[in-house]
Amino acid sequence: MPTSIELTPEMMRGIIMDHYQNPRHKAKPSDPKAYLSLHASSTNCIDDFDVYLKGEKGKVVDALWDGIACTISSASTDILCDRVIGEDYALAEKTIQSYLDMIEEKPYDASLLDEAIVFVNTGKQAARIHCATMGWTAMKELLEKEEK
Amino acid sequence: MIDPYKIRQDFPMYRNQIKMQGKPLVWLDNASTTFKPDCVLNAVEEYYTHATSNSHRGDYDLCFAVDQKILETRQRLGQFLNCKPIEVVFTSGTTNSINLVAFGYGVKFLTKDDEILLTQAEHASNVLPWFKVSEMTGAKIKYIPLDKDGRLTVENLRKTITKHTKIVAVAQVTNVLGYIAPIKELAQVVHDYGALLVCDGAQSVPHMPIDVKDLDVDFLSFSGHKLCGPTGIGVLYGKYDLLCKMEPFMTGGGMNAKFDMCGDAQYLEPPLRFEAGTQNIEGIFGLDAAIQYLMGIGMANINAYEEELKRYAVSELEKTGNAILYNSKSEAGIVTFNIKDVFAQDAATFLNSRGIACRSGQHCAKILIDYLGVVATVRASFYFYTTKEDIDALVDAVKHGKEFLNAYFN
Repeated sequence: MPTSIELTPEMMRGIIMDHYQNPRHKAKPSDPKAYLSLHASSTNCIDDFDVYLKGEKGKVVDALWDGIACTISSASTDILCDRVIGEDYALAEKTIQSYLDMIEEKPYDASLLDEAIVFVNTGKQAARIHCATMGWTAMKELLEKEEK
Repeated sequence: MIDPYKIRQDFPMYRNQIKMQGKPLVWLDNASTTFKPDCVLNAVEEYYTHATSNSHRGDYDLCFAVDQKILETRQRLGQFLNCKPIEVVFTSGTTNSINLVAFGYGVKFLTKDDEILLTQAEHASNVLPWFKVSEMTGAKIKYIPLDKDGRLTVENLRKTITKHTKIVAVAQVTNVLGYIAPIKELAQVVHDYGALLVCDGAQSVPHMPIDVKDLDVDFLSFSGHKLCGPTGIGVLYGKYDLLCKMEPFMTGGGMNAKFDMCGDAQYLEPPLRFEAGTQNIEGIFGLDAAIQYLMGIGMANINAYEEELKRYAVSELEKTGNAILYNSKSEAGIVTFNIKDVFAQDAATFLNSRGIACRSGQHCAKILIDYLGVVATVRASFYFYTTKEDIDALVDAVKHGKEFLNAYFN
């Protein structure tokens, strides 16, 4: 499991650009009825997208997102989908919490984050913190809905 | 001749050497707001330290002095715009001014058979109030098409206006593209059809000489904070006979002549009719100082200098080969662009990391995006204190646009 110490800034940039230019999970669901969805947008940036969650028996079966987004929100939401697919809800929520803690510069569990660690410096650009978290907070809300 | 280096000595935001991201601040967001010179700050403070009193509420000297100051400010604005002081209504800003016309005039007089003409380049504050008028009266909203460069032309107005048109609401300078609309010629056509021209002056009044009589606009709105004045103060100019016909948007103290328990009320004549409640008095003090400051520099000088900056910025940005420009032909000091292969918001963050303040997004003109064919753009906007070095800093950043993720890693 890579951590920020093992990843050089060049590698981190590469990961962000890769998920931005070649997103793995940027799509609308082919069977929308099987997914819960939530709109993510903000008043202070251009980001405007939907996050989709398909759950089954307490596990995340699929996660998608689609819409308009900057590099930070695109890549972070795409990596989010990677992180939660296949996980049970409790671990997915723990991962999301850990990520949000990292962005807020609080203590966090790096072992859960994998590639998501590349956003560790988002706080340098305060105006983009929301971009780095909007997909994640939307997914958190969907997971909470799914559990009900 | 404008000497921006000398002018900067009047501005604490420059004298204090404000930094952003550890870099000297390069302020290129003047279309959104502007810095304040000492004289404006002193005038605002003066109200609280030497002149506090409410206007038209007492018989004592301090109150009289405030009333006088407000009167003088109206006179000054009359001189600034070439109108009568009684045609100057204080508002909280452009948005408030346009809403006042929309609700005070539009809602009162428009019907379902009428049309309101706008353009795709209008700011939200010159679109949404008219949507409300349409919703409340049934009047139809129509758009005057822009030409291929995004310009509003008299010819296209002629093609769109009909005998049903009652209001034509357009910006003199649009906030994204920065074209100067031929207001005088447009007004003539609008009046030939018996309609009114409601002009949004938010991006024009701070930057060029304005003569409302010569332009023959029926209403003109602008904000104090975009011309070195305080926030929360603005102006609605209206031809006096039209102001007299208008309903007050707000009622209350300071705008009524008398009222009784049967619900009968008589309102004061304009402009006081539209100034219910205690006004933004510090704002009026500050606005007066700002107007005097601008008149001292000269609006024609400001206009000429900004046109020069605009031409310089366009030519330098074009040379980089790394910028897509959306309004290289427009006159105002607004450059709307994207850095090649960089999303606008990422570009603005990158500029921030270099201490450069620019806007990204749709700039409150969301219906323009269909016209430009892009989701979002970056906007750099100048004022008379902008230097060529500011533009050079922007140009250098654009050259290095591919390194935009440096914003997070350097």
